[in-house]
Amino acid sequence: MSETAIKPRIEKIPLKEQLAQKLPVLLVPVLAAVGLIAIGNPASWLTLTVAGLAMGMMIFIMASGLTVVFGLMDVINFGHGAFVAVGAFVGFTVLAWLAGWTASPSVFMNLTAVLVAILAAMLVTGLLGLAFERVIVMPVYGEHLKQILVTMGGLIVAQQMIYVVWGPDELHMSRPEALQGSLVIGEAAIEKYRLVAVGIGLALFLGMRHILKNTKIGLLVRAGVENGEMVEALGYRVRRLFLIVFMTGSALAGLGGVMWGLYQETITAHMGSEIMVLVFIVVIIGGLGSVEGCFIGAMLVGLLANYTAFLAPKVALISTIALMVAVLMWRPQGLYPVVKAK
Amino acid sequence: MLTRLLSGDTPRSGLLTALLLIVLISLAFAPFLFPGTKSLETAARICIFIVLVASYDLLLGYAGIVSFAHTMFFGIGAYGTALALSTTGPSYGALVWGTAAGAGVAALFALAIGLFSLRVKAIFFAMVTLAVASAFAVLVSQMSWLTGGEDGLNYKIPRELTPAFKLIKAKVFDVSINGKILAYYLVFFAAVILFLVMLRIVNSPFGRTLKAVRDNAFRAEAIGYRVVWYRTTATVLSAVMAALAGSLLAIWLRYTGPATTLSMEIMIDILLMVVIGGMGTLYGAVLGATLFILAQTYLHYLMGVAAEATSAVPVVSTLVAPERWLLWLGVLFILSVYFFPTGIVGRLRAGRA
Repeated sequence: MSETAIKPRIEKIPLKEQLAQKLPVLLVPVLAAVGLIAIGNPASWLTLTVAGLAMGMMIFIMASGLTVVFGLMDVINFGHGAFVAVGAFVGFTVLAWLAGWTASPSVFMNLTAVLVAILAAMLVTGLLGLAFERVIVMPVYGEHLKQILVTMGGLIVAQQMIYVVWGPDELHMSRPEALQGSLVIGEAAIEKYRLVAVGIGLALFLGMRHILKNTKIGLLVRAGVENGEMVEALGYRVRRLFLIVFMTGSALAGLGGVMWGLYQETITAHMGSEIMVLVFIVVIIGGLGSVEGCFIGAMLVGLLANYTAFLAPKVALISTIALMVAVLMWRPQGLYPVVKAK
Repeated sequence: MLTRLLSGDTPRSGLLTALLLIVLISLAFAPFLFPGTKSLETAARICIFIVLVASYDLLLGYAGIVSFAHTMFFGIGAYGTALALSTTGPSYGALVWGTAAGAGVAALFALAIGLFSLRVKAIFFAMVTLAVASAFAVLVSQMSWLTGGEDGLNYKIPRELTPAFKLIKAKVFDVSINGKILAYYLVFFAAVILFLVMLRIVNSPFGRTLKAVRDNAFRAEAIGYRVVWYRTTATVLSAVMAALAGSLLAIWLRYTGPATTLSMEIMIDILLMVVIGGMGTLYGAVLGATLFILAQTYLHYLMGVAAEATSAVPVVSTLVAPERWLLWLGVLFILSVYFFPTGIVGRLRAGRA
């Protein structure tokens, strides 16, 4: 039987199309090079580039969950920002409890405290994601209009609950000893925390890529994005898979929240809805549902925001909008369109 | 005649008619029924928000498009009037051309956003408008040489519309007829006219097609309607209406700033008003805006009483503290999206059938 099987014909993609697929990846170094020319001074360019990459990594962490959730279940969660804020506040509380650890000169103790804070925040936001999915999102599958409204309502309620629990004032979230200050390389000063943020973000991206490309659950997620009904017909519970992805996405938003809180050093209940603007821009640029696109989009937005903040501070946010418009003119579905427009 | 004025879209429910009449009469005679500055402020706010919310309903309820840029258009209208009045002085000419310019700019912006993002998906539009609107708000607060930044603009309006002007010496029902009352009636009649115009729009063939596009865009396209054109036109119309509402606010407050026109809080308020009042029925905007603003103004007081009463119970008293009223409205909002997607008006109409 098997020897008579017809050999599958694998079509080779022409070189031109392969290049076209790889093209968006080149955007990041191109943007960095343009930034170097515009700024002129290599030292400040290095500082800004690291800052931009750190910011991009954090946005990526927050946006990745959103984009996969959309790709898999066609659900857009406007309340995603609430997880970011809750994560930051939980992280703040844990770090405050562990004040002895964060103030101690030992790097190990500092990092453990941050790790504990991150884990606690991820646990809380993951559980919150579970509740959010069950109570708020589940009744409105397949209805975009209601999804937007209901998740927006969830955001309002969550923000108000933060006020109830943590009070209305903005809180100061200080970094532990080891992550304060900066390294000086040549003339460029690079904040230590930004390097840590780049490290965590990169590790997360590679880990996520690995899970999506090389594990069974990743395979299911990718298949679900492509054609959910077919996966369901083959006997997999897409709903449960989706719940796991939703919880993971929420937990990642919580992680992003802690990191963003440590980056900005002040947290407010509204930080979620503020950061969501950047997250949405990144998700749109990357193409809804695409993790790679989201990563590239986050890098572009982070770098561009930092370069323009240095060159022309007043147009920083406008520049990211301009970037979004430019990308959409070039590729109306974003850099890597995964989900076909329905 | 009355049916014609309402474009054939009568309330179709006894209770709804009664409620609408109460709102109309209370607003029409507000200066005499509820004397005092605070209640007049509230009445004018209600008039302006009825127009604003109805224009949003045109988009959300009739065209099925979620936009987060509605306050941007509101703000453009307000800043148009405010800039014209503050740069060329308090004349009626400036007032008119400022308002017209605001509406024109809002229409252009809406056209650009619509053409560029309505082709794809409703969700896409929501995200793009959210991003654009917040960028606009930041831009306005940073261009302080033009817009006064965070402080906003204070300016004079024509003298006839200020409290210093007395129309007649005598008092009517113990209320002196000054310019403030004239300004109120300017806002009131403008709101009534704009509302009737919107009622005309949604009950025209255009409005019907819009509903068809909302319910099944694919089918509407197949029948031969150009869906993108209809959606974009609806966006532009609603933007112009929002800009006009913004101009009314600018005239009434004699102040325009980011917090009163552009903030995300107002956007969320509008969303709550539309959904609680009833999507897809302009009358819902009337009830939603009225209830919401009354709640905003007076619920604080009630919740203060509740918080006093429960101050012994630790958690409950924080939950019902006056500052937390939005929490309860948020819960009400979610519940109404699930259980009463047609809002108060839909309920009332269904109750009759």
